[in-house]
Amino acid sequence: MLTIHDLHVSIAGKPILQGIDLAVKSGEIHAIMGPNGSGKSTLAQVLAGRWGYEVTRGEARFLDQDLLAMAPEERARAGLFLAFQYPMEIPGVANVQLLRTALNGLRRTRGQEELDAFDFLEYVKDKLALLEMDDALLYRAVNEGFSGGEKKRNEILQMAVLQPRLALLDETDSGLDIDALRVVAHGVNALKDADQAIVLVTHYQRLLDHILPDFVHVLAGGRIVCSGGRDLALELEEKGYGWLADEEDRAELHP
Amino acid sequence: MGNDDLQKQLAKEYRWGFVTDIEQDTAPPGLNEDTIRLISGKKNEPGFMLDWRIQAYRHWLTLKEPGWSTVRHPPIDYQAIRYYAAPRRPAGPKSLAEVDPQLLATYEKLGIPLAEREALAGVAVDAVFDSVSVATTFKDKLEKLGIVFCSFSDAVHKHPDLVRQYLGSVVPYTDNFFASLNSAVFSDGSFVYVPKGVQCPMELSTYFRINARNSGQFERTLIIADDGAYVSYLEGCTAPMRDENQLHAAVVELIALKDARIKYSTVQNWYPGDAEGRGGIYNFVTKRGECRGERAHISWTQVETGSAITWKYPSCILTGDDSVGEFHSVALTNHHQQADTGTKMIHVGRNTRSTIVSKGISAGRGGNAYRGLVKMLKGADNARNHSQCDSLLMGPDCAAHTFPYIEVKNPSARVEHEASTSRIGEDQLFYLRSRGLSEEDAVGLIVNGFCKEVFNELPMEFAVEAQKLLAVSLEGAVG
Repeated sequence: MLTIHDLHVSIAGKPILQGIDLAVKSGEIHAIMGPNGSGKSTLAQVLAGRWGYEVTRGEARFLDQDLLAMAPEERARAGLFLAFQYPMEIPGVANVQLLRTALNGLRRTRGQEELDAFDFLEYVKDKLALLEMDDALLYRAVNEGFSGGEKKRNEILQMAVLQPRLALLDETDSGLDIDALRVVAHGVNALKDADQAIVLVTHYQRLLDHILPDFVHVLAGGRIVCSGGRDLALELEEKGYGWLADEEDRAELHP
Repeated sequence: MGNDDLQKQLAKEYRWGFVTDIEQDTAPPGLNEDTIRLISGKKNEPGFMLDWRIQAYRHWLTLKEPGWSTVRHPPIDYQAIRYYAAPRRPAGPKSLAEVDPQLLATYEKLGIPLAEREALAGVAVDAVFDSVSVATTFKDKLEKLGIVFCSFSDAVHKHPDLVRQYLGSVVPYTDNFFASLNSAVFSDGSFVYVPKGVQCPMELSTYFRINARNSGQFERTLIIADDGAYVSYLEGCTAPMRDENQLHAAVVELIALKDARIKYSTVQNWYPGDAEGRGGIYNFVTKRGECRGERAHISWTQVETGSAITWKYPSCILTGDDSVGEFHSVALTNHHQQADTGTKMIHVGRNTRSTIVSKGISAGRGGNAYRGLVKMLKGADNARNHSQCDSLLMGPDCAAHTFPYIEVKNPSARVEHEASTSRIGEDQLFYLRSRGLSEEDAVGLIVNGFCKEVFNELPMEFAVEAQKLLAVSLEGAVG
């Protein structure tokens, strides 16, 4: 579904990603872990189409399309979704308005009929319930005055509404207390089906107790320095990221 | 031509009626007392109107064009303007097939009904619009309620006492340069009188908007709501209109008597000039309402997206005790457009209240200034004002200014002012685009959110049009 090959990315001439290779297939859950500044969020942003980054080498293909050549909205319409680490506030725009506009935009691309206001409310009802969100949040301005936890839930609500093929969750666990984390993780798990793939970008292991990854990749210094199964995350939890700096330690861990 | 000859000529032409002979019904360019006599004569106005016009003209001669606003334009040659031309059919395109496709695309985006597009594009259509019969039906209904809604010229003939009593009572002909000019030469406009206790059951002018166009470059509107009456008046149109006149100097006067309420909404979308700043309408308007009785209420709502230059301060004089004034405004400037707009709230009576909500959006090289005066006079015990002025900037070359003036002469009065300036964030745009919205839709959504408080004040269908209009006006403003 997603294939990244030798991806190099710079910001203002400064290299951030230095040769990322990654393959994600339908139904898989990948976790990308790494210390602050390793380039995790850059990877998520570049894949979603944030401008301001220079791709200096490499390519990314999504559902057999040249992902990096597509505008952000084209990526979204093709089925890519990024849950933001810091969701934006849009004053004066009701949450329900954004959700319906976005969904209907996607439905148009898919050749489906648009939902009117009533049908949309019907459609969004279970999704709110799944994330234990109050209906009132629909009518508040997008993310304005939302608590950190509400913002993150709202991202997953958008994901639930848009039903992407590939969801990138960027530090979705940060700022969530344990109860909220469970709700969000439960939501993600419930939404997941065999056609969908998820890439979790996270600093901490704790989200991975609730959303179980098939693969774990460790990003450091702009490269994936090692990949493994779920166990790798637990090891990281135990040892921290400090050892990554040391080539010998790494060799010891995965000879 | 001597004055006597002129009068004879006028009488003759009037007998013939001036609709049939088009070419002879145009005054030569230039402004002098004869021009004014000609205008008044053509309209067969009573003596008091001519006197008033002449006094206005003589006063205008003593005035200089104001230079205090932020707007800049080449000097206007007032002697080069033709001050009288009978309404005539423009030599426009013969069918929509001949109309600029770009204009048609804009109508499409605004959702303008097909029947209206021809009229707006200036197509010379002979057929009577459906809406004309609709309009007639509504006029009958209004007449039954005693509501007068007609052209200013008709009002001068049919209701001379009302006109005489109220004309110039809020905006005297001495008020300012452009108001004086308008008083001297105004062509036509609208007149509304709502009798005591009558609630006007419909938005005036919604159904008339096609017919009400072409009121000319010096438009004069007078609206009177008698004791306990209510009226909502809608001016303008979201569609860009062809107009050959560069200078527009209108005057609008509102009078709300005891317990009366007037709601005046404007959407102004005249030609703003091209992307390089060539052409475009100069819009120098004086709009003012007086709450003349206790508990009267006047509310101005405006969405200004057109014109090369907008110079406009819809104001309220709160004379009656407990009266209320409101001003809600969205002003958008793109490319080289300039807007200097705001309001004046003059608190005269006790317990008077006013609210100002101004939203300025600047894009391209547009300049946008909010200029507002809140004045609490000596007798304005416990008067209150709240002002909120927000500016939204798009791109690096635009400008926003806020000039709040506050004068308080009563210690019990309270004035609050809030102001903010923000920029459409790249991150906001990316956020929305990553949800599948096109760049245009994303900008539209952000801008509409910014303007929401003002749009909430517009009548429903107008609000929907206004939202689309902003999106269209901002096309290409980002990226």
